[in-house]
Amino acid sequence: MSLLRYTKDHEWVRLDGDIAVVGITDYAQSQLGDVVYVELPEIGRQVEQGKEAAVVESVKAASEVYAPVSGEVTEVNDTLAADPAKVNADPMGEGWFLKLRLAHPRELDGLLDEDAYKRFVEDQH
Amino acid sequence: MRYLPLTAPDRAEMLAAVGVDSIDALFADVPAAARLSGPVDLPRAMGEIEVERSLSRMAARNVAAGSVPFFIGGGVYRHHIPAAVDHLIQRGEFLTSYTPYQPEISQGTLQYLFEFQTQVALLTGMDVANASLYDGATACAEAVMMANRVTSRRRAVLSGGLHPHYRQVCATYARFVGFELSAQDPRGGEKLARLIDPSTSCVVVQNPDFFGEVRDYAELARACHDAGALLIVVVTEILSLGAVRPPGAMGADIVASEGQSLGNALNFGGPHVGLFATRDTLVRQMPGRLVGQTVDADGRRGWVLTLSTREQHIRRERATSNICTNAGLCALAFTIHLALLGETGLTQLARLNHAAAVTLSERLELVPGVRLLNRTFFNEFAMRLPRPAAEVVEALAVRGVLAGVPVSRFYPGNAAVADLLLVAATEMTTAEDMDRLERGLREVLS
Amino acid sequence: MSAHQADDPGSRLETFSGNRGLQIEEPLIFEQDSPGHCGVDLPEPAPFHSRLGGLERQGPIGLPGLSEPQIVRHFTRLSQKNYAIDAGLYPLGSCTMKHNPRLNEKLARLPGLADIHPLQPVSTVPGALELIDTLAHWLKALTGMPAIALSPAAGAHGELCGMMCIRAALEARGDRRTRVLVPESAHGTNPATAAACGYTVDPIPANATGRVDRAALEAKLGSDVAALMLTNPNTCGLFEREILEIAEAVHRAGAFFYCDGANFNAIVGRVRPADLGIDCMHLNLHKTFSTPHGGGGPGSGPVALSATLAPFAPLPWIVHGPEDLEFIEHKTGAAENSLGRLKGFHGQMGMFVRALAYMMSHGSDGLRQVAEDAVLNANYLRTRLADDLSLSFPGPCMHEVLFDDGFLKDTGVTTLDFAKALIDEGYHPMTMYFPLIVHGAMLIEPTETESRASLDQFVDVVKALAAAARSGDAARFRAAPVHTPRRRLDETTAARKPVLRWRPEPVQREAAE
Repeated sequence: MSLLRYTKDHEWVRLDGDIAVVGITDYAQSQLGDVVYVELPEIGRQVEQGKEAAVVESVKAASEVYAPVSGEVTEVNDTLAADPAKVNADPMGEGWFLKLRLAHPRELDGLLDEDAYKRFVEDQH
Repeated sequence: MRYLPLTAPDRAEMLAAVGVDSIDALFADVPAAARLSGPVDLPRAMGEIEVERSLSRMAARNVAAGSVPFFIGGGVYRHHIPAAVDHLIQRGEFLTSYTPYQPEISQGTLQYLFEFQTQVALLTGMDVANASLYDGATACAEAVMMANRVTSRRRAVLSGGLHPHYRQVCATYARFVGFELSAQDPRGGEKLARLIDPSTSCVVVQNPDFFGEVRDYAELARACHDAGALLIVVVTEILSLGAVRPPGAMGADIVASEGQSLGNALNFGGPHVGLFATRDTLVRQMPGRLVGQTVDADGRRGWVLTLSTREQHIRRERATSNICTNAGLCALAFTIHLALLGETGLTQLARLNHAAAVTLSERLELVPGVRLLNRTFFNEFAMRLPRPAAEVVEALAVRGVLAGVPVSRFYPGNAAVADLLLVAATEMTTAEDMDRLERGLREVLS
Repeated sequence: MSAHQADDPGSRLETFSGNRGLQIEEPLIFEQDSPGHCGVDLPEPAPFHSRLGGLERQGPIGLPGLSEPQIVRHFTRLSQKNYAIDAGLYPLGSCTMKHNPRLNEKLARLPGLADIHPLQPVSTVPGALELIDTLAHWLKALTGMPAIALSPAAGAHGELCGMMCIRAALEARGDRRTRVLVPESAHGTNPATAAACGYTVDPIPANATGRVDRAALEAKLGSDVAALMLTNPNTCGLFEREILEIAEAVHRAGAFFYCDGANFNAIVGRVRPADLGIDCMHLNLHKTFSTPHGGGGPGSGPVALSATLAPFAPLPWIVHGPEDLEFIEHKTGAAENSLGRLKGFHGQMGMFVRALAYMMSHGSDGLRQVAEDAVLNANYLRTRLADDLSLSFPGPCMHEVLFDDGFLKDTGVTTLDFAKALIDEGYHPMTMYFPLIVHGAMLIEPTETESRASLDQFVDVVKALAAAARSGDAARFRAAPVHTPRRRLDETTAARKPVLRWRPEPVQREAAE
């Protein structure tokens, strides 16, 4: 079973073995509006928890996507170049951004679980 | 005052509505020490008659290019602008409109910019062009900075044939933005391919070059690409693309050009219009505004500014460039002029320019002591004179002929170029003009 | 064809042509090609030997051919789809959309000014030097600054020039500083420019009065701060009252004070920026000094400089020699520490002519009146709209007034929707969503060239729209605009699948091969 965690910057990370899949949440995509472009990192890049890993663009804004955990980029979702709308349609599934090989698995402990994230989003309103 | 609609009664009533006694109350936040008690020490208001008299007097002190035999080029060219161009750009809806941020009421501007972008892409043989930059020199600097971003490298090799102003602008940007230039000697024999190394982001060449020489850069393009660098081609005389093979066909990655020759007067150097074109794969790294096609809520075709997230008003410190304004009306003048010319007109105009320059070169080669340096040229060529070119130009100016640009104006103190004169001929050059130049040269050089 | 539905705000009578009265559908020039056609008649040269070295173009360029009547009609129809200052009020905050006097257009076209080449012998253009020097004199007098760099081609270019001068000055005194302070309310060009010059941008928040938070600013000052970039009046339309104290603090820290002069229209002739302690300020000739916006340019952004920064001004310089004006094009003599060139040739001469004609027409008394009327007009709008819209900050404003979308709360209408409804009423919307420090910003700058009647009409319309929004008529706003040449356009698809040029149909390409 895979572990799913969230950050306060509205990124999600799902752990499958030692590979972490990263994307933005449904709340994030609804705030952004129509996604028109995603700038993804190069394979092999080292990202640090809390630092910028990708950029997601809507028509009127560009938002940084921060790495929820540290690691090395092993794969990026190339299909987003042709179809960035996936981020809006299926942010937790086909709209995934990148995959990381975890550097420090303990970092997951500090992130929000599903319930905690739900409460966090409700408090935003 | 003719431009201020408010009357004294208006002001009094409006101040009352605002609830203050005097206009000074609305300037209360200005520190007392900084408040001016009266108008600044400058002349008082003038009517049209006086203003016109003042500026006409200044204008009359200048020798207008059209009033004498005229052979000056050097990156700005004297061409005929059809009468319709100036009439159309002075329509208030073009002249006094703003950047098309509200596309529903700016389709005029957006459509002509889309046409402009297409024209520039077609002329240069590239995939895509932006909606213009300030001028060719800043377009060149922006091209280098884009190459740096694309390759993640910071060293640009500049051909010695690159216009010296463009080279200087690149140097200014290099110093402050933080990259390096390897600028070659203007009259060196360059083997640019040998100067490419793993730190090279781009090689910048000009075609025709500053001395008028026309070359094929296909091999250099391959050398650049083999090394992971970009080839940037600068074109200062856009009309040349009516006759010469375009940079896109030679393998250029970015074309940075000056568009002044189409639609825009000399204007003592500004405002002009920078052209910028590149490949589809590099479009998100382009600076400047871009117009894209789309549909509206009724399904009708229309245009909008697009890919705005590259720009300063969204990305702020992470923008591709700090550029905000483009060259608007100058781009419109370019579009209209080129639309009037069309395929046959542009081709014919380019032929006329080349023919004039060929004829002139053949005549001047017969003047004792004068040597043509070019193997090839379009409408401008370089000649070696038996004396410093600057003196010869001054002597000819006294005789009422504006003979061309002495290269020493750009490279003072460079002995290798002190005798070089750049001479341009266009469709405006008459046989009488050529007579006067030939005669004048013979006199001055004898 | 569907019938006219009188009750549906989104419907219009369909015509057979797709045209609607004077609004005429116009294809691209590329779609109107008559191959071989031309709108210019050119002679044929006598036979000659080509010197192109075999590098002739191979194959057509692909440009369409049209006659002059078709071209004139094409661009005339395009122009009719544009809103413009000549047509109506353009209340864009921070843009200063004032009337563009036609005298300026006439004078810019005098052959002695338009038909002169930048590389003519300087002895043949003394009038050009005189004009540029006169312009410089006027701008120095109005700003109180001792020097002015005229070559930057636009405001953002001027900002770059100013920041480069500051960095050059710091380098000259061996002082490496890495940070630039920029208010959060600043125009995007400010941080973009600072970053372009190699600085890290440190934002300063605004306080409750909409002005820069002085305590926060002073806390961020340090020996690593190169400059503060401040707009005054600021982008909320407010005068920074603590500007003298701010200038002092900045200078005490050894930093420079850059002023973004986009809003100079509020204070021209009433305040000299030099008296506020600034070191460096760019001006926008296309804002304060009426040169036309031209659908997006050309602009001109001269930079006023302090005595400390003047030696670094970009080339060329025009200086007063012993007898005449001298033209300096190289880093020699007094100009040896110049930045070098920021632009080809000498600057936007065409805009210099227009701006000087504007200034001479107004005179120092008229320019002072410009600032007063601009500020009065904005405050008049503030007073009359304060109860209908939500004023972001209390108290009088300068030449522009900032509202936010508080008054639209729970109406289902956004700032964007409100702006689109304003378009249907015959107005270009105000600046929206800027500055970023308030929610759903609406920044209104009427300028001094609007009459009282024009302002009253605008107020009436805005009041009516605000009332409509509050009464629940959200549908009208969401459908807007309906009376324009195009309705709302799909900007998402334009960004996802960019189509940035016309291309011939594939079938035609195959036929050609």
